Amino acid sequence: MRSHLGELRGRKVVIVGDIAHSRVARSNIWALTTAGADVTICAPPTLLPSGLGRNDAPSEEPLGLPHVTVQTDLDVAVQGADVVMALRLQKERMSAEGGSLLPSTREYATLYQLTEKRMARANTGALVMHPGPINEGVEISPAVASSLQSVIEEQVTNGVAVRMAVLYLLCHRRSE
Amino acid sequence: MSDLTIRGGRVLDPANGSDAIGDIAIADGRIAASAGGETIDATGLVVCPGFVDIHTHLREPGFEHKETIETGTQAAARGGFTTVCAMPNTEPPIDSAGAVEFVIKRAADTGVVRVLPIACVTKGRAGKQLAELAELANAGAVAFSDDGSPVADANLMRRALEYASMLATPIIDHCEDPALAAGGVLHEGWVSTRLGLRGVPAAAEETMIARNIALAEQTGSQVHLAHVSTAGSVALVRQAKARGIAVTAEVTPHHLALTHEAVLTGPGESGALFYDTNAKVNPPLRTPEDVAACVAGLIDGTIDCIATDHAPHATQDKFCEFDHAAFGISGLETALALSLTALDLETVIERLTIAPVRTLGLDRKLEGLGSLSRGAPGDVVLLDPNAEWTVEPELFASKGKNTPLTERTLRGLVVATIASGKVVWRA
Repeated sequence: MRSHLGELRGRKVVIVGDIAHSRVARSNIWALTTAGADVTICAPPTLLPSGLGRNDAPSEEPLGLPHVTVQTDLDVAVQGADVVMALRLQKERMSAEGGSLLPSTREYATLYQLTEKRMARANTGALVMHPGPINEGVEISPAVASSLQSVIEEQVTNGVAVRMAVLYLLCHRRSE
Repeated sequence: MSDLTIRGGRVLDPANGSDAIGDIAIADGRIAASAGGETIDATGLVVCPGFVDIHTHLREPGFEHKETIETGTQAAARGGFTTVCAMPNTEPPIDSAGAVEFVIKRAADTGVVRVLPIACVTKGRAGKQLAELAELANAGAVAFSDDGSPVADANLMRRALEYASMLATPIIDHCEDPALAAGGVLHEGWVSTRLGLRGVPAAAEETMIARNIALAEQTGSQVHLAHVSTAGSVALVRQAKARGIAVTAEVTPHHLALTHEAVLTGPGESGALFYDTNAKVNPPLRTPEDVAACVAGLIDGTIDCIATDHAPHATQDKFCEFDHAAFGISGLETALALSLTALDLETVIERLTIAPVRTLGLDRKLEGLGSLSRGAPGDVVLLDPNAEWTVEPELFASKGKNTPLTERTLRGLVVATIASGKVVWRA
């Protein structure tokens, strides 16, 4: 995001998908709010963790939850966005064992798929992101995933480098 | 049995509405007008009936590495309790007359305070078929409960309530909807989100409480709700009592005094947050609003009494990942002091003595229990309500050192405990 947008302060970043079960979302919420971005999370209520967007938690770090905007309507959420990040939907969320969180992938795609029409509501040139692997036609349309706005491949490549760097730092520190 | 006289204390006996400086005599194990023998000076101390805990896990038989009847009753004595009602979720569960008799015999042989057994509602505590409730009551069970689990099948609960009504023995239900609570390890709220752990919603308790109230009304039989923990539950019980339904409820000291934030510890030097598995308990510690509602409910009589839900565990049961840690707090030895952080002394003593006795109707079997009436059991506790002490679990008599209160300074010390005329604890 920094290499494409520069300063993140005041930028609107929308994360859409299974926030409740996503380590990607949790890491991003903390990192982006720390960098000053304005974060909106978007999902059906069954995929939202308890307490986010409410004010009963203490707001001060490190105890509290970062301030984010919660929006269940993706059309509203993407308005004025500088970045829209979709998350992978796991198939098991529909089953009784998975918690009966959704009726079907079909309905999820209708409500939460990142489409060209929806991206048109975001700011011009807004970035499209996804941590991968992608379920094309579920959380994101193939056209959006491969559009000029998409930085998904770069994001995934950088992700590998960041993981390598973190592991290296951890090993290196240990040997000191 | 030796006689003794306790002189010069502030005698607080809520059952008889008395509160005055005076002497208490015990002869032949019972409260008497006068007695010879030893004299204990109680000047400056509060003298009240021994506490009664209607919800204690003694773990024997089956889990002797967590607690035994011997160590559990020693912990009770340190906490000021002279009667404990032992929950039947042991291995094997207490679902037969023989098992009830075992608990009674072990208590007579090794216990230092009175143990009243609670027996299972269903065979094997499996929630499928009624246990032989009449035989269990005859053997000495003072109540029935599948505690640790609810009686999830509503029809089975209905039949249990109907059947138990002829035995004048209440059913205690652990109110938790298994589907709503599935996989949850702490209260569902911002703390569970912050830690990335699965929460138990308040509704898991409230839906089951609502069901039990409906069944109590349907059957006319008493249902006792174990460890109530949410504002919604308190409201449901208040409404049911106003309508005259035979429902009673208890609350634990930890639900009166601690919130779900007790699970969070840290931040450490690195700024990282940690969790304390010693604050993992079922039902979970809830929000400040829930705690306030429980306190208000206990004060206005919606909740009848305090019960510890003493749930001792071995170190390895808690020293592990939060998801894998056992539920429970070792509560007997901190009950008084923790309750005093939320309530005044007079209320706490009432809710720990005569209130639990009346809740389960224990005085039907043991006349005068929970009071200092003449002829009542010689169970007396001497307290210094203002003395401060620091919680050091390694000093607990209980094998369960699992408390979230380690190193916390509390006010309210049990100075001596006398059970049936015998001094069983002296600080």
